[in-house]
Amino acid sequence: MNDTDYNAKRIGEVIWVNGPVVRARGSQKVGMLEVVEVGPEHLVGEIIGLEQDIMTIQVYEETTGLHPGTAVYGTGMPLSLELGPGLLRSIFDGIQRPLPVLEMRSGVFIGRGVKTTPLYRKQKWQFTPRVAVGDKVRGGSILGTVPETPLIEHRVMVPPRLTGTLTWVAPEGEYTIVDPIARLQMAQGERELTMMHRWPVRRPRPYQLRLPPSELLLTGQRVLDTFFPLAKGGAAAIPGGFGAGKTVTQHQIAKWSDADVVIYVGCGERGNEMTEVLQEFPELTDPRSGHPLMERTILIANTSNMPVAAREASIYTGVTLAEYYRDMGYDVAMMADSTSRWAEALREISGRLEEMPAEEGYPAYLAARLAGFYERAGRVETFNDATGSVSIIGAVSPPGGDFSEPVTQHTRRFTRCFWALDKTLASARHFPSINWLESYSEYVDEVVDWWKAQGYGDWYNLRAKALELLQHESHLQQIVQLVGPDALPDDQRLILMTAWLLREGFLQQNAMDEIDSYADVEKQIAMLRAILHFHDRALKVVGKGCPIVVLHDLPVVNRLVRMKATVANGEVEKILAISQAVDEQMDKVETDYL
Amino acid sequence: MTEKMNAHSIGGQEVTGATRIEGPLLVIENVSGVGYDEVVEVIDQRGRVRRGRVLEVGEGMAVVEVFAGTTGLTIEDTTVRFLGHSMGIPVSVEMLGRVFDGLGTPIDGGPEPLAEHWADVNGQPINPTARVYPRDPIQTGVSAIDGMNTLVLGQKLPIFSGSGLPHDQLAAQIVRQAALPETHRRAEGGADSNEFAIVFAALGVKHDVAEFFRNSFADSGALARVAMFLNLADDPPIEQLITPRAALALAEYLAFEKDYHVLVVLTDMTNYCEALRQISNIRGEVPSRKGYPGYLYSDLAGLYERTGRVKGSKGSITQLPILTMPNDDITHPVPDLTGYITEGQIVLSRTLFQQGIYPPISVLPSLSRLMKDSIGAGQTREDHAHLSAQLYAAYAHVQEVRSLASVIGEEELTTVDRAYLTYGRAFEREFVGQAKDENRTIEETLNIGWRVLSILPRNELTRVREDEIEKYYGKKN
Ligand SMILES: Nc1ncnc2c1ncn2[C@@H]1O[C@H](COP(=O)(O)OP(=O)(O)OP(=O)(O)O)[C@@H](O)[C@H]1O
Ligand SMILES: [Mg+2]
Repeated sequence: MNDTDYNAKRIGEVIWVNGPVVRARGSQKVGMLEVVEVGPEHLVGEIIGLEQDIMTIQVYEETTGLHPGTAVYGTGMPLSLELGPGLLRSIFDGIQRPLPVLEMRSGVFIGRGVKTTPLYRKQKWQFTPRVAVGDKVRGGSILGTVPETPLIEHRVMVPPRLTGTLTWVAPEGEYTIVDPIARLQMAQGERELTMMHRWPVRRPRPYQLRLPPSELLLTGQRVLDTFFPLAKGGAAAIPGGFGAGKTVTQHQIAKWSDADVVIYVGCGERGNEMTEVLQEFPELTDPRSGHPLMERTILIANTSNMPVAAREASIYTGVTLAEYYRDMGYDVAMMADSTSRWAEALREISGRLEEMPAEEGYPAYLAARLAGFYERAGRVETFNDATGSVSIIGAVSPPGGDFSEPVTQHTRRFTRCFWALDKTLASARHFPSINWLESYSEYVDEVVDWWKAQGYGDWYNLRAKALELLQHESHLQQIVQLVGPDALPDDQRLILMTAWLLREGFLQQNAMDEIDSYADVEKQIAMLRAILHFHDRALKVVGKGCPIVVLHDLPVVNRLVRMKATVANGEVEKILAISQAVDEQMDKVETDYL
Repeated sequence: MTEKMNAHSIGGQEVTGATRIEGPLLVIENVSGVGYDEVVEVIDQRGRVRRGRVLEVGEGMAVVEVFAGTTGLTIEDTTVRFLGHSMGIPVSVEMLGRVFDGLGTPIDGGPEPLAEHWADVNGQPINPTARVYPRDPIQTGVSAIDGMNTLVLGQKLPIFSGSGLPHDQLAAQIVRQAALPETHRRAEGGADSNEFAIVFAALGVKHDVAEFFRNSFADSGALARVAMFLNLADDPPIEQLITPRAALALAEYLAFEKDYHVLVVLTDMTNYCEALRQISNIRGEVPSRKGYPGYLYSDLAGLYERTGRVKGSKGSITQLPILTMPNDDITHPVPDLTGYITEGQIVLSRTLFQQGIYPPISVLPSLSRLMKDSIGAGQTREDHAHLSAQLYAAYAHVQEVRSLASVIGEEELTTVDRAYLTYGRAFEREFVGQAKDENRTIEETLNIGWRVLSILPRNELTRVREDEIEKYYGKKN
């Protein structure tokens, strides 16, 4: 992708151009998925089809002006990333071109044919070796460490699949990513290693062993953590119509989740949303470390108006970066907003190739590609015997908000968490608009022990009870819509009331509110206990004949719905005080009315 | 903006005779070195010139789209001249106050404006790192917008309407009343005006619609700062594929080179999409939904993303596209894909319109995504976010109560629910409803909001803070 590390040689000439798809005739030695450069500006592209001497190329830049007869150059390499220190805090386009460098080169608007290396070559990094001459190492072994950001230690690894004995190791000191830091004697000969290596984006990075997910990916979002938890190494889908809250939810997870590293891929979405992250993250601090969030974040921005082929690649770029940090033993969370735009890029390219369409114009291989992508999530034992994980959270933008369309349906098959966003909730400004009846998580059983280990053995039951109340409510609401709430007996009206408390006081969470934006587990559980405690007490007094209206008017109700924004993390005693007030007021009701 | 005339193609080459003519498309053979997306001149047997561009090139072959259509062109006598560059227009500040056709040629009888710069109509994507995140609210004087769907300087906020609804009136009112945020009032550089420059593009709308806007600009004395690009109902529809791009090329020049704050009105985007669909169908492309091409999203994004603010420039582009939803269906591909790209939408409702409420803005499906960072203390007022959320939540409940009331009757409702009905009516008539020339300050809007909220019992108000209730609830303002 950059012209400094290899020499492109002429392999053919263009014979046909249609948008991002170009056909060329020439050498039969070109490999499928090889990166090529097209025309005098050396526009970057990738071989996506070969038939005799005709190659089909998807071009990652605008093809305006390209004409038959112009040259195509080969690079001999598949689309690959540069992996090494300097990735964190960066923002790249879909094929790992650093956007700030593009801005320096071509100004406000992204020009074509700008060549630059993804990682800055001149920066010196403080390298501390962890190995010695004579050590036997293999792909994934840690050679040494670099403080990449104050938050993340970069573990420099032997590139995957190499094994051998170290014949030389650089002493502790400052090196650039192209300086040699070790020499490896392999069966095939000796090889110099640097802090950087390349890896093709479409090939999953190897690991030693796949492990079952067992830990919660803590997001601080109550409806997620408490009701529909995602495990580290799991995959979740957020489908929803426009404006339902996919992006805000993904931003919230990027901000507050307890992943070590966050990869955020803006895939075919708005420019301003990436700018927002770029301007906001350096100012926000991680609630656990107190460091700016940007220190653990990499952004990939291939916005809707950027070339569609690079949009197709952006998802793979993102997940490859995620695997790279996983291999160092980190828990990585990757967000892709939106996978539907990626699927549409596939469709657009497929259409220009005149392939046989399957459902709704999508190519028949849509499902296979989606599966391949989500399969790259997982918790693994790395080749340096650490545990790392990649969690994937994919937004889905179904046309018309209708989940029966192919991308949503296939995504559902390959993810185990389904956070269904609901238009009606969103228009009532109930956010996150995650529908508690339609959503599910298959990780509930996997994370029970995690909750227990945190000291919340009652999580499973609290959750089940709350969900049951909400389900019961939805059933009762159908009756209410026919006869009005007054027709229900008071114990059933109490269910409506508690469900209302759960919805307003617990499920709803305002991302814009400083206190409410993030709730730690302690607060989540305390809130849930308080609301369910209210229910239990209320059930008794109602059972004894106290009219429900009396409960509506209890002053503590107002405190319960407001505690999400009035009680900060670390102040659970205030929630306990509210529970105490529940008891006092219920006691009083009992003496007054019964 | 750098010139993007990527002429590796030879240019100037001329070929007489077409191989095939189909709809607006010409297939030309025996050419070489024709560039993808290159502009052409098509000359008929009487020497008249039409413009077009290259949609596909192969060995010795090119597919050309003729903007004005192919009527009257013959296989034998049609000459195509390849110009060797992509579609561009000359742009300059003097274009304000002028009227152009859909391809940017003046049609007001005035001289060709002096080009200060040659701009590629397709523009280039703005680098996200070069953007400035918009956070300055524009006061439009319309409560349903300012109070609940605040328009922000540099935002793209479309109006989703239906045929016969007063979207033109609303857009004209917004254009007339839109006041630059305090902080931007004294723009320096080329733009010494305290007001917006307006770029208006008509896409296949009727003459009277264009005339209505013209008169409205004239009445408010804005004409001298308006550039109009007109492709009207009887103009060739394929031209519409260029019209918004030409308009935006001028907007970009004014905003990012000359520091103007530009308000772009595009109407009707549904016609634009129709033109795109037509070309796609003729080319036999695999359709996605309802016959629209799979790249409709990317194509629209290529227009809508040409909005915003960028580093190093004091200007901005704010887009107010108008589209009519076929059958009032918001899930139709045109509004649907638009909503996925724009930063919110203002939705008009036929029901409110029939009840005589103007502007008939249906607030529940409406949204301004940039509002969250653009309101509050220092920008509008500290209670704005909560008030707006409360108005929304309460009005959403009104819908449930109304449907319940229609089953069990109003008398059977609880007192609280009856209060919701009263609130619903007051909200629609007093908050949403206003006169076509009524220009409310944000303060007034927020106060009306509190006034109608005060119809509800205070403990129903869980989205506003208690100190805000203390300060504003039930207060005479
Ligand atoms: N948790 C939340 N708290 C407060 N407001 C929210 C929350 N989630 C969403 N919103 C509101 O909803 C708006 C739309 O959300 P968002 O941009 O995430 O939608 P989306 O699903 O990504 O839409 P699109 O598909 O068009 O990108 C936001 O601008 C914000 O006002
Ligand atoms: Mg979004």
